[in-house]
Amino acid sequence: MTEPLVAPHVLEWGYTRSLGPTLTAFFTGLRDRKIVGAKTKTGRVIVPPTPHDPDTGEDVDSLVDVSDEGVVETWSFVSHPRPKQPLDRPFAWALIKLDGADTAMLHVVDGAIETGSRVKAKWRDETVGYITDIECFVPA
Amino acid sequence: MSEDVTGIVVPIHLDYTYTPGVAASRFLRHIAEGNYVGQRCPKCKKVYVPPRGSCPTCGVPTDEEVELKQTGTITAFCIVNIPFAGQAVECPYVSATIQLDGADIGFYHLIQEIPYDQIHIGMRVEAVWKPREEWGTTTESIAHFKPTDA
Repeated sequence: MTEPLVAPHVLEWGYTRSLGPTLTAFFTGLRDRKIVGAKTKTGRVIVPPTPHDPDTGEDVDSLVDVSDEGVVETWSFVSHPRPKQPLDRPFAWALIKLDGADTAMLHVVDGAIETGSRVKAKWRDETVGYITDIECFVPA
Repeated sequence: MSEDVTGIVVPIHLDYTYTPGVAASRFLRHIAEGNYVGQRCPKCKKVYVPPRGSCPTCGVPTDEEVELKQTGTITAFCIVNIPFAGQAVECPYVSATIQLDGADIGFYHLIQEIPYDQIHIGMRVEAVWKPREEWGTTTESIAHFKPTDA
């Protein structure tokens, strides 16, 4: 009777986030199997898109499609995935600079990886407008 | 073409394994038997319920257990008017700090069996337990507190 008690304790919040016009374009794009970036007035393409140019604070000029294929800029390997992580086998978190973009986007890479690897999005059979519509990136 | 995706659900889910520690475990095991048992500081003699295992003022272990009466006094209260997810009681209801007779600190519990707008600081209350078969190592074994004269 001297052992301390132990009990499961779950904290959960199901937030609904409204996206605003720029991220609405990004998530609607994912549902339609394309990746949308924001082109600034100086011609840089930011992915995922932001409403403003992070350098100048000005509104971005336009939204543009970029490739679903790109280059791994840096990465961190997960040898033992946790239950709610995107893959149930070892994978890498990676910053991927998509062709046509000037910034890198965080996603998951399944398979052999090194800095400079060419990777390509693996889309899910059914897309809903969520970042997980891309199941992961795989070697291109 | 379907409609634009203007919102996303971003669930935050944290799976903890919680332990209340040695002192509160003892307290909760007494609760499961229908008793409120606090701990007395050997130096300043204050009685803590629920106990934390030590006196925060004197910094010494509080080994002595003290069984308390199940009557006490409301020292503060809050009328809850805003519903939230997982709420157990219908609004408006009152959550109060109750200091049991013989205790030197209070704890939170519900006040029921009286209209919420008649509750006041200093009101005398007593514990109302759930049916015996629903008792467990949780302060939810006590359904609520009610005025002693209700």
